[in-house]
Amino acid sequence: MEETDWRFKIAHREAKIGVSLALFNFVWWFGFAYGMGSRPVEEYNYVFGLPDWFFYSCVLGFLVISVLVVVIVHFFFTEVPFDDEEDSP
Amino acid sequence: MNYAVLVPMIVFLLVIFFIGYWASRKLTSSSNFISDYFLGGRELGGFVLAMTMVATYGSASSFLGGPGTAYTMGFGWVLLAMAQVVTGYFVLMILGKKYAIMARRYKAITMIDFLKSRYDSSAVVLLSAFSIIIFLFSAMAAQWIGGARLVESLTGLSYNSALFLFAVSVLVYVTIGGFRAVALTDAVQGAVMLIGTLILLVAVIIAGGGIPNIVNDLLNENPNLVTPYGANGDLTAAYVSSFWILVGVGVVGLPQIAVRAMSYKNSRSMHRALIIGTIVTGFIMLNMHLIGVFARPVMPGIEIGDKVIPLIALETLPPWVAGIVLAAPMAAIMSTVDSLLLLVSSSIVKDVYLNYVKPDATIKTIKRISFGVTGMLGIIVFLLALNPPELLIFLNLFAFGGLEAAFIWPIVLGLYWKWGNKYGAIASMATGIVSYIGLHFYNLENGNLFGVHTVTLPVLLSLVAFVAFSLLIGRKAYQYNVPTLK
Repeated sequence: MEETDWRFKIAHREAKIGVSLALFNFVWWFGFAYGMGSRPVEEYNYVFGLPDWFFYSCVLGFLVISVLVVVIVHFFFTEVPFDDEEDSP
Repeated sequence: MNYAVLVPMIVFLLVIFFIGYWASRKLTSSSNFISDYFLGGRELGGFVLAMTMVATYGSASSFLGGPGTAYTMGFGWVLLAMAQVVTGYFVLMILGKKYAIMARRYKAITMIDFLKSRYDSSAVVLLSAFSIIIFLFSAMAAQWIGGARLVESLTGLSYNSALFLFAVSVLVYVTIGGFRAVALTDAVQGAVMLIGTLILLVAVIIAGGGIPNIVNDLLNENPNLVTPYGANGDLTAAYVSSFWILVGVGVVGLPQIAVRAMSYKNSRSMHRALIIGTIVTGFIMLNMHLIGVFARPVMPGIEIGDKVIPLIALETLPPWVAGIVLAAPMAAIMSTVDSLLLLVSSSIVKDVYLNYVKPDATIKTIKRISFGVTGMLGIIVFLLALNPPELLIFLNLFAFGGLEAAFIWPIVLGLYWKWGNKYGAIASMATGIVSYIGLHFYNLENGNLFGVHTVTLPVLLSLVAFVAFSLLIGRKAYQYNVPTLK
C-alpha cells in the first residue's frame, strides 16, 4: 500500500517527457518564427518558395516533432496493462 | 442545383449511415450497454482513436474559419495554426496511462465519472455536468449552423432544408450507434479530411503557378502577408503564442477530448494513436491554412472568410472532385457535432440521471432514456438552429476557452497532485468560468489585457485557486494506490 504502483512510475515519466517535448516544440516554433521572421522582408530567403522563417518553424518543425514522437514512443514508452486484475510486472 | 457537387456528398453521407447501422448491430448484442454506447466499450484501436481525436477537435473553425482568416492575415495565421500540432501528442502523453488506469479502476465512462470518483463530491459532479451541458450545447448548435450554411452554399437548398438534411444525418447515426459509431465515422471522416486537403492544396498551387509565383504575388500585394506579424503588422508574438494555451496544451481540459483518452483498448493503441494523431493533425492544419493563404492571389477579393474554402474548391477543381473535397469540412463539422451530442447526452443520462435521479434504473430504462435524450437534444438543437437566439451565440463564445479554464486543473492535477481535493476543484472551476466571462467583456472594451488571448489569465487564475483551496481547506493527501472499487 505504501509502495507506488509500478505502472504509475512509468506513467509519470511519460507525462514528464510529454511536457518536455511540448516545451521543445514551442521553443523551436517560436525561435525560428520570430528569430528569423523579424528581419526586414527584403532580407528573407526562400526555401521551396516559402519564406525561410516559415519553412524552418512550421514545415521543418512539424517534421522534426513527428520524427521525435515516433522515436520517443518506440524507445521510451513502455506498454503496461490498464486493468488492475493483470496487476503484475 | 449543382448535382456534380451534390452526388459525391450524398454518397459520403450514405457511407456514414452504413457505418452507424453496422455499429448499432454490434450494440444490440452488447452486455454492458452504458459503457458501449457512451464509450465504445473501451476497445478503440490506435488508428480509430487518433482519427476520432483529430476529427472531434478539427471543427468548422479549422476548415472554414481558420483558412478564411489565413486568407486575410497571410503566413502569420498559418504560424498560429501550427500551435495545434502539440495537441496530437500532448493530450495522450499527459493524460496517458495514468488516466487510463484510474478511469478503469473507477469504472468511469465519462470525464465527470472520473472527477466524481477522484474528488468524491456531488458539487463537483453537478457543477461540471452543468458547464458541459450549457457550454457544449451552445457549441454544438453553432456547429450545426455552420454545417447547414455549408450545405446551403454547396447545394443551393434553402437554409432550413439544408439544416434539416444535416440534422437528420447526424441524428440517425448518433442515436442508433453511440460512441462506437461516432468513433468509426470519425475515422472515415478524418481520412476524408486528410485526402481532401491534400488534393485541394495541390490544385491551388497549380492554379497559382507554383509556390514561388504565389509568394511573389503576395509580396507585391502586401509584404506583411509574408511576415509572422499579419497583414497589418498587428499580430504580436505574445498574442500568437497565447494560442498555445487555447488550441494547444489547454485542449487537455476539453471534455470531448478527455473522454477519448479513456476509450482505448491498450497501451499499444495509445502509442499508435500518439504517432498517427501528431502527423495527421499537423498535416491537416498546415495544408488547410496554406490553402487559405495561397488562395489569395488565385481568387482575390473574397469578403466572407468562411466562403474561401468552398469558393476556391469550386474554382480550381472539377465539380465532382470539389464535391469530395468539400465533404472534408462537412466531415469535420459532423464529427464535432456528433461527439458533442453524445457527450451532452452522456452528461444528462449518466452523470445526472443515474447519479441523482434514479440510480437503480434497469438496463431497459437506461437504453430507452439514452436513445430518447440523444434524440430529444438533437431536435432541440435543430429548432434552435432554425432561428438562433442571441443567447446561444453568446454562450458559444465561451465554450472552448471557458471549458478549458474550468476543467484543465481538476483533471491534470487530479491525476498527478495528491493534495488536490474537492475544494480546490470547485474553486478552480468557478474561478475559471467566472474570470473567463469577466475578462471576455474587459477585453472587448479595452483590447486584450497584456496582449494575450482571453484564455491565458483564467487558466493561470484557476491554477492558483486549485492549489490555494486544496492546501487551505480540508488538506489531505489522496491515496492513488488503494483501488477504490475492487
